[in-house]
Amino acid sequence: MTLRVYVPHETTALSLGAEDVATLIRREAKRRGMDIELVRNGSRGLFWLEPLIEVDTAEGRYGFGPVELDDVASLFDSGFERGAVEHPLALGLTEDIPYLKQQQRVTFARIGITDPLSLDDYRALNGFKGLTRAVSRSSQQLVDEVKISGLRGRGGAAFPTGIKWQTVLDTPAEQKYIVCNADEGDSGTFADRMVMECDPYMLIEGMIISGLAVGATQGYIYLREEYPLAHKVLNEAIDRATAAGYLGANAAGSGRTFELEVRLGAGAYICGEETSLLESLEGKRGMVRAKPPLPAIVGLFGQPTVVNNVLTFAAIPAILAEGGAHYADYGFERSKGTLPFQLAGNLRQGGLVELAFGRSLRELIHEFGGGTHSGRPVRAVQVGGPLGAYLSPEQFDVLLDYESFGHIGAVLGHGGVVVFDESVNMAQQARFSMEFCVEESCGKCTPCRIGSVRGVEVIDRIIAGDDRAANIELLEDLCDTMIQGSLCAMGGMTPFPVKSALQYFPEDFNDSKGA
Amino acid sequence: MDDTQAGVLNTIEELVASMKHKPGALLPILHGIQDHFGYIPDPAIEIIASHLRYTAADVHGVISFYHYFRSERPGRYVIEICRAEACQAQGGREFERHVREKLNIGLDQTTPNQDISLKAVYCLGNCATGPSIRVGDQIKGRMSPAKFDRLVDELTTFKLELK
Repeated sequence: MTLRVYVPHETTALSLGAEDVATLIRREAKRRGMDIELVRNGSRGLFWLEPLIEVDTAEGRYGFGPVELDDVASLFDSGFERGAVEHPLALGLTEDIPYLKQQQRVTFARIGITDPLSLDDYRALNGFKGLTRAVSRSSQQLVDEVKISGLRGRGGAAFPTGIKWQTVLDTPAEQKYIVCNADEGDSGTFADRMVMECDPYMLIEGMIISGLAVGATQGYIYLREEYPLAHKVLNEAIDRATAAGYLGANAAGSGRTFELEVRLGAGAYICGEETSLLESLEGKRGMVRAKPPLPAIVGLFGQPTVVNNVLTFAAIPAILAEGGAHYADYGFERSKGTLPFQLAGNLRQGGLVELAFGRSLRELIHEFGGGTHSGRPVRAVQVGGPLGAYLSPEQFDVLLDYESFGHIGAVLGHGGVVVFDESVNMAQQARFSMEFCVEESCGKCTPCRIGSVRGVEVIDRIIAGDDRAANIELLEDLCDTMIQGSLCAMGGMTPFPVKSALQYFPEDFNDSKGA
Repeated sequence: MDDTQAGVLNTIEELVASMKHKPGALLPILHGIQDHFGYIPDPAIEIIASHLRYTAADVHGVISFYHYFRSERPGRYVIEICRAEACQAQGGREFERHVREKLNIGLDQTTPNQDISLKAVYCLGNCATGPSIRVGDQIKGRMSPAKFDRLVDELTTFKLELK
């Protein structure tokens, strides 16, 4: 009987040598006369175990990891095809690994299990179920279902998705657009990338449903250039979905047109801001637009446009398949559903953890993350990307939902959690926040363009011990100006990490030795 | 590749003509040109401008806005090093120092023998297994000074084998 072996084809697994491991497994099987079928699945998101290979058995899929080239021969020697064997890398049944078992995977239900490009795999695990239901319903019914789900924009701003869609539906126009913001630039985030690399049809399905809901016939995925594998996978998935009739003139048998195209960004963080993204899609410099008008009314090429994050569209198929109320059963108060958290930085067990809103940050860092990779105590955590506040350990009981984070002056954003151990110098981190803003500001508004340059200078003076008290006051004042006066979140939120570093880690700014 | 001036101009003409009908064509065109040449040769600006009915300044303004587009031919390999927070938390700052010292160049510079260009990147989405770098379309995680030195050796040795 043919043995099925899974070796992930996903950026993190590949960055740790999965391609060579796959090649060697094929070669070793051939040498031993073993009949294997090598499946390139997505990643389960247990990144400290990558490359995590699996074998299919009657009881389920057994995992082994992290597998290095030197381990391959010994895996064959141990009889790994039986699954439950003695081997230092044996993990048992993958689904029983606590890190995975304790999650509530809704959006990530298929990820790591299937071959990302196999339409059969996708359909076998509820793929296109939501779309099939959507086709027989009216636009208003689709928008209503999304409203019932309570889904809020997963890009970070958390605006109610149903209300945005309603605005686009209600704005009459010859042409409307669906735009997916796949410019996942926040450090510490990789959930969008995983969706695109490991379950691309889910994103495509979500965007088709969105097109049917608001009456749009053209979709664009604005993908960051830094994700070459996602680019390849998406293009191939779009080709296959088109050939299978899900995209095109009679999308999924709806009688309506929906076309989809991937457009690449070019290394500008600001293009993750929705109006800047639209400018970039139009072929211009990614300069932020003033709002209003909202993109839902005057968006791409001046037409009504839905702009949503990858994870927002990815949540849609399940909402249509199971019903909005079912999705809203997950979650906490006004934060409905689940959020795929991304554990990053200095953690023993980094990876993807999808949970309903409402657990604590402490659980996430310690129970899932397992403490730091270096073994030193956790000193600071930045949640929500480079514009998110730094939190200190006494704040770790904060609940993981949009409002609880707002109450402590922090943001949940796109769910990225970056952990630092005690070797971090928070004055340097604050300086970096300003430096990053210098590098990435689009330059349209003064508080952001000039404020960030002055911010770096003032922090340098504080670090150097130059008239410290006066300069700290100046920095606080500068931060307030940026928050109040900037056109978008780039300048308006860069002060969050700076202010929080100053507030919770003042001792780092008082080191007259500097950095 | 036809390296003559006429050949370059022809190729650019063809690339622009094949994409200029797309809505918002400028970025796809610039990507096409950079994918082909490794950078955007100066004569491309006038050609694009005339096809799209932009001014040369418009086109130049777009090229210069985006970090990814470059106007000069890079080294044989472009190594991008992640400078963002998640990699910093895993020793990225020290690793970056090592990389600069090893190559003896700074960011946005190329080694004198034209082997390697070094660029900063802010996040490769490989944030649980940093520090990360990118070489061509390959991302490499859990980098260390020793792994980096081996990589540089491999890249420069491979080049000799090709000759």
